[in-house]
Amino acid sequence: MAEPHIVLDNVHKSFGSKHVLRGVNVGVGKGRSLAIIGGSGTGKSVTLKCILGLLQPDSGSIRIGGEEIIGLKGEARDRMLARFGMLFQGAALFDSLNVWRNVAFGLMQGERKMKAREANAIAIDKMAQVGLGPELANANPADLSGGMRKRVGLARAIAPEPEIIFFDEPTTGLDPIMGDVINNLIVDCTRRLGATTITITHDMASARKIADDIAMIYKGKIVWHGPANEIDCSNNAYVEQFIHGREEGPIQVDL
Amino acid sequence: MLAEVGRLALFTRDAVLRGLMPPWYFRQVWDQILRIGYFSLPVVGLTAFFTGGALALQIYIGGTRYNAENLVSQIVALGITRELGPVMAGLMVTGRVAAAIAAELGTMRVTEQIDALTTLSTNPFKYLVGPRIVAAVLTMPILVGIADIIGILGGYIVGTTSLGFNSAAYIKNTTDFVEFTDVTSGLIKAAVFGFIIALMGCYHGFNSKGGAQGVGRATTNAVVSGSILILAANYVLTSLLFEK
Ligand SMILES: Nc1ncnc2c1ncn2[C@@H]1O[C@H](COP(=O)(O)OP(=O)(O)OP(=O)(O)O)[C@@H](O)[C@H]1O
Ligand SMILES: [Mg+2]
Repeated sequence: MAEPHIVLDNVHKSFGSKHVLRGVNVGVGKGRSLAIIGGSGTGKSVTLKCILGLLQPDSGSIRIGGEEIIGLKGEARDRMLARFGMLFQGAALFDSLNVWRNVAFGLMQGERKMKAREANAIAIDKMAQVGLGPELANANPADLSGGMRKRVGLARAIAPEPEIIFFDEPTTGLDPIMGDVINNLIVDCTRRLGATTITITHDMASARKIADDIAMIYKGKIVWHGPANEIDCSNNAYVEQFIHGREEGPIQVDL
Repeated sequence: MLAEVGRLALFTRDAVLRGLMPPWYFRQVWDQILRIGYFSLPVVGLTAFFTGGALALQIYIGGTRYNAENLVSQIVALGITRELGPVMAGLMVTGRVAAAIAAELGTMRVTEQIDALTTLSTNPFKYLVGPRIVAAVLTMPILVGIADIIGILGGYIVGTTSLGFNSAAYIKNTTDFVEFTDVTSGLIKAAVFGFIIALMGCYHGFNSKGGAQGVGRATTNAVVSGSILILAANYVLTSLLFEK
């Protein structure tokens, strides 16, 4: 069988004496969506940043479509990055640019170098896909609510139609209804693009809705990995504790 | 300390080798020229004006001890073009611009906007650092050129109104005395100071961490290290440019 689209093989990452990733092994098949669940500070965001090359892993291997990407430089790295889209935990909108320029950013920069008029039309279309009207096109991101910012971030991530998209806690801090709206948007957008996705979440409802597969990370290692519909009969003490939100169990909370 | 110097050296290398290579973001450069250059004009102009005036007064008062009060116009012109114009403008622009750059890039760092740039196929060194350095290196000499004129004007006004110099003689003394190299040496200094200002703002902004407090610290560090480096560079440049 061919190797999965995204493969992390024994990835380690430390910050000083803090060993955050301790041998992460996980794979995502092409066009499939993986949800990574796990407690705060277990290294979920760090894992995504290692794949994107925003952080340099200490050891291990990360392959996209069979190609090793750790240590890629220059044009090879640019070409690799152009295949990714990312929704950041805090949306990370550029506050020096208005909403449509944020959404169109990936289209007007890099390889594509689209003209403003053409990019604007696409941006308005992508905004409509995430339920934002054209009247917001010239708004300043700082004036938007948290849920709107997430949606702008989502539109920005999908606008260049990347083949791989990462969502870092897309529903955290949103009310349940807005959370569900975002979940549906993610499912819609990724189906339409046929993209391979990784979603980080604490929110089990969100994980069940978005994901084909779920992986649970604890202390820098994947402790369970399986199809989303088997999460309730995992027979895994970590997973059981997490999805039921119990204090007792193998997961220790450092207070 | 040594590690810090090493980090700064690596950052400088990236800033120059990547930041100044294509693709160039002309729009960003133009925005920065306006922000760094144009909007610094009032601050730099006022500083130069009062410095020139005070300098004239000091030289006159000090000069009376040696019957050298006639040298006011020449010494003001020399002092402003060679030293005070570039240094005062450099320090004022550091306070204004290095702080603003550090705060802006620091906020972009802690809110992950710099990471977001990278994921959108845009190199932050080319998009953020390069344009700021280019803009500062281009505009500082212009600012200092203007500061020279205004500073000399400040001296002239004090000289002709309260010190009783003859206006035509004051102007003639100045223009006869000042040499081309007096001005150009100051402009060379200004370009170097511009580089230091943008580099310090970008370096501390890029490396800020830990939320609002971290950004505040980055801003302070940018201004302090920028000012000290400007004064140190000024000494080195003075000895290089004027010692024969
Ligand atoms: N740039 C960094 N420098 C030092 N430590 C870091 C850095 N980035 C992350 N860490 C540390 O790595 C650990 C994991 O961080 P990470 O952001 O991956 O957590 P997370 O699993 O995403 O948590 P959350 O669910 O709260 O977002 C944390 O203890 C954090 O302090
Ligand atoms: Mg996180």
